[in-house]
Formats: sequence, structure tokens, C-alpha cells
Amino acid sequence: MKAARKAFGVPLPASWFTPRAALPALVLVILGLVPVYAAATGDPFALTLFGRIEILSIAAVSLNLIMGYGGMASFGHAAYLGIGGYAVGILWKEGIASGFVQWPAAIAVSALFALVVGALSLRTRGVYFIMITLAFAQMVYYVAQGLDRYGGDDGMTIGGRSSFAGIVNLNNATQLYYLCFALLLASLFLVWRLVNSRFGLIIQGARSNERRLRAIGISPFRYKLVCFVIAGGLCGLSGALLANHTNFISPAMMYWTRSGDLMVMVILGGLGSLFGPLLGTVTYLLLEEALSRVTEYPGLFIGPALLLVAIFMHGGIEGLFGARRRD
Amino acid sequence: MLYFIEQCLNGVQLGMLLFLLAAGLTLIFGIMDLVNLAHGSLYMLGAYFAATFAAFTDSFVLGALLALVATAICGMVLEVIAIRPLYGRPHLDHVLGTFGLLLFFNELVRLVWGPAGMTLSLPSEMLTAVQIIPGLYYPLYRLVIILVALAVAALLYVVVMRTRLGMLIRAGASNREMVGALGVNIKLLYTLVFGLGATLAGFAGLMQAPILTVQIGMGENILILAFVVIIIGGIGSIRGAFVAALIVGLIDTLGRAFLPDVLHSMLSVDAALTLAPAISSMSIYMLMAAVLVFRPEGLFPAASR
Repeated sequence: MKAARKAFGVPLPASWFTPRAALPALVLVILGLVPVYAAATGDPFALTLFGRIEILSIAAVSLNLIMGYGGMASFGHAAYLGIGGYAVGILWKEGIASGFVQWPAAIAVSALFALVVGALSLRTRGVYFIMITLAFAQMVYYVAQGLDRYGGDDGMTIGGRSSFAGIVNLNNATQLYYLCFALLLASLFLVWRLVNSRFGLIIQGARSNERRLRAIGISPFRYKLVCFVIAGGLCGLSGALLANHTNFISPAMMYWTRSGDLMVMVILGGLGSLFGPLLGTVTYLLLEEALSRVTEYPGLFIGPALLLVAIFMHGGIEGLFGARRRD
Repeated sequence: MLYFIEQCLNGVQLGMLLFLLAAGLTLIFGIMDLVNLAHGSLYMLGAYFAATFAAFTDSFVLGALLALVATAICGMVLEVIAIRPLYGRPHLDHVLGTFGLLLFFNELVRLVWGPAGMTLSLPSEMLTAVQIIPGLYYPLYRLVIILVALAVAALLYVVVMRTRLGMLIRAGASNREMVGALGVNIKLLYTLVFGLGATLAGFAGLMQAPILTVQIGMGENILILAFVVIIIGGIGSIRGAFVAALIVGLIDTLGRAFLPDVLHSMLSVDAALTLAPAISSMSIYMLMAAVLVFRPEGLFPAASR
């Protein structure tokens, strides 16, 4: 245990075997076994559904980093999904199929966009921040609508997945799935390391009381901006995965209701808890899928369910296990 | 020049509709501190009610009046059942809850009225165009929208500035706790304000219905525009909402009308035609971002928030 603590450089919890830790562990194990199930039953749909869940979980994890830990409620997070997806799509259209170019480009452009958005919008607070991030996302949405060469309003089908020089073959559904799984684990690890570092303490301190943070001589703006940029880049990666997963990009990827979906996943799972966004995404997407199989009108049930969660479940799903609410 | 005046009128007309939607939103936001993403659903409901009742009664005006009553009732029932428990909670809980309501209403409308849209046809006497200045004919109905919305704005001004209810609304916008402490039935006040907001939203929806089609999700795009309006105008300020709605309406309409020609001088026809709407839509959000960066409280901040 001591060695582990040293290796990770952060304090590890005293016991791993709590109900709170068991549920995310179970979810991760199930996610890891989905391809086995798919191969055994010959049902490729499970791979599609759970692959999508993994990809959107990465986006939710990145949103949780800024919204849950940093108190920066971005209502425009789908913009990064779109930018990441469009980076892949546009490069493919221009004849560059290599993932070694496409994916770093997706991350870099998203991070750059996050830098601009963050630099301007982190001057505002509360609901103004929600609205200004929304405004920037809408701008990107309209830019994508104006990109005639890349499908305009209708979107564009991407004719080939990113190629990685034979290291991984994304045309193989199982390999694509496990790549998403690995990246999901990596993003969880990244967020865990970040929030338990000095940097993460400042971010969380800025959420709970910025004035006190200033009083001890730390100006939180730069830290928050860096955090915002990291989250943007991570979500851009998720967008690149999504474009590969669906072979399709369209402005609808970043319409404001998509940002709303991402927010719902994070809040549903539990703000500011490491595995909350994962649990929220799994719950939300599986609920949607299950309901649409039994009823023609899933929204009639999902809508009130979300309302009930907002009213009664402080702290989302993670809150059920007695996690203290972070706000 | 005539074309320019006509487009200005179109912009004013869009601005007036935005004002109807934004006035309710800004009151709800300013007084109850509630982020209401379901406001666009009430806009949609107003349009669907009007289309149904107008077909039922064979009269546009009667249908519209019934629709207003129905939307007001829906709004107040919604407030009592679903919105009330959300007051005083973090804004993110509002987003989660009212986003759920938005999904619910979209699906409910699909269940009740079916997935295909509806049309609300105008009475024949509304279908004419009137000559405003020599050589310029303008559709009568659009003119009616502008005038009726102006009348509603004036009425709203009188209610808010000259009546006891308005006094409570203004007091609630500047200090909620104090109003409650002074013995005002704050729950009832909130329900009334929400009902008023719902009615205004439904009114905007039914006025717009004959021009566009009545369809599911029709409130989603315009809701965001209404949010932009209240942020530019200053949260809680009806006067700000009025000015900002006019600005946004004019920018959007004039951008769509004139940008293609401007761009055409630099680009090909096709490129100009796809770029122009994108740029004019973006310019609204750029304006809002600029306002937030330079005047974070909006153009007309409500007093002492």
C-alpha cells in the first residue's frame, strides 16, 4: 500500500471496498466485458451502444472537471465534441486519414477554442458564465452550419476511420471499443491526479471561496483557465472518438440541447465526484435505450425522472452513497 | 430604400416576439432566480393550443384567446407542481429539472398532436397588405403583431410600474427575502408571475404560428435567443429586455437580408448564401459575449441585485 501511495503520489483511500467504490468498479468491469458478450451472442449492437456510452462518458468526465470540481458551469461543452469531430472529418475530407495527425489536431483545436472562450468568459460569474459559454457554443454551431464544403446543415458522412499505421485498426469494432475504454480509464486517471494535486486544490478552492484564495496570495484565474483548457482538449478527444464511432459529423452534435444532455449526465451522476459522470452517462443513456424499446415516448418518463432527481436527489447518484455535496 | 424599411419592420416584428418571450423569462429569472429552460415549451404549447382551438371554434381570435387562457393555466399548474420545489436550489438543479420538463413537453406534444406539425391559418381579412408609405406594401398581419406586442409592452409597463402587483414584482426583483418578511404571500406572487410569463410566452408562440409552422421543438431555438436578449438587457429588467429584443431582432433580420449582397462582392453566390445566415446568427452571440465582457450586468441592470 505504501508503495502504491508513493507511486501515485497522492493519498489513496484507506479502504477500496466500500459500496461507494463497488458500483463504479462493477460498471467498469461490465464495460470491459461487453465485447466478450457481443462476441458470444453475435450481437454487435451492444458494442455500438456501450461504445457510445464510453465516448460520452469521457466528455462528461471532462465537463465534471470544470463544472463539478471547478464550479465552472459550462453550458457549451458540446462545442468541443463538435470541434473534435469536425477536426477528424475535415482532415479526412482533405485527404489526411492518419489518426496521428487527426487526433492531436482535434485536441489542439478544442484546447485553443477553450483558451479563447475561457479567457473571455471566466471574467463572469454564475448564470452569466452559463450563458456566455452557451453563446460561444452556438457560434461554433452556426459556423459548422456555414461550412458548405463539409456538409453544411446536413452534416457529412466520413468515409474512413482514422488510421494508426497498423498499431490499432479502428475498423475492427472490438479494437475501437477497447481503445475508447482505455481512453476512458486514462481520462478518469487524469482527472483523479489533477484534482488531488496542488493544482486541483486551488481549482476546488476557487469553487468554494475565491476571495479567501486571493487572500492567501493565489490568483485563481490562470489556474481556472488551464483547467478549462484541459477539459476542452479532453472533450475534443471525445469528439474525435465520436466521429470515428458514428462515421458522421453534423452541426446537431453541438446544438445547445446536446450541451444540456452532457450537463444532465454530470449532474445526474453527481457533481464533483470522480466516477459520478460515468455513472450518470451510463444511467442516462441506458435509460433512454431501455425506454425507447418499451415505449414510443421515452421522454414522457425521462423528463419527469430528471425533474425528480433535481428536486429530491441532492448530489445525484453518487450522493446516494453519502458523498457530501460539493457546492 | 423601401426594401430596407421593409426589412427593418421585419426586424422590429421579430424583436417584438422576442420581447414577449423574454419579458416573462426575465421576470421569472429576476424574481424567482430560476433558470427556466422549459419557457420555450410554453411558447410551443401556446401555438399548439391556438391551432387546435382555432380549428375547433372556426375563429382565429377566439382560438387565440382560449389558447392564452389554457397556456396561463398550464403555466400556473406547472409552477405549483414542478417548479416550486426548485426555488432556492443551485442553478444547475434548475437546468437539470427544467431540461427534463423540456423533454417531457416535447414528447407530450408528440403524443397528443402527433409528430407532424400543424398549421394555423389566418382569417382572410388578415391576408392583405397595407400601403404604409407610397410604394411600400407590408403584410397586415405582421403589422398587427408589431402593434399588439407594443400594446402588450405598454400594458406590462403600466402593470409593473403603476399597480400594487407590479410594485410587489419590482420589490421581489430587488429583494426577495424582504418582500416575504413584510408579509406578502410570496408563493402566490411567484405563481402569478410564472403564469404571467407563461401567458406571454404562449402569446408569442401563437402570434408566430401563422408565419412559421407549428412544430415540436419550435421553442428551443427561440428560447436561446430570448436568453440572449435578457442577458444583453440585464436580468430582471423589462425595459432592458425591450431594447435588447429590438436590437437582436434587427441584427438577425438585417443580417440575413443584406449580408448575402455584401458577401457576394467578395465571394461566390453559393458561399455567400450559406455564410450569410451563419454570420448573422453568430453576430447576435458575439454581441452578447461583448456585452458580458464589457458590461457583465447587461445594458440596463435592474436596480441593486
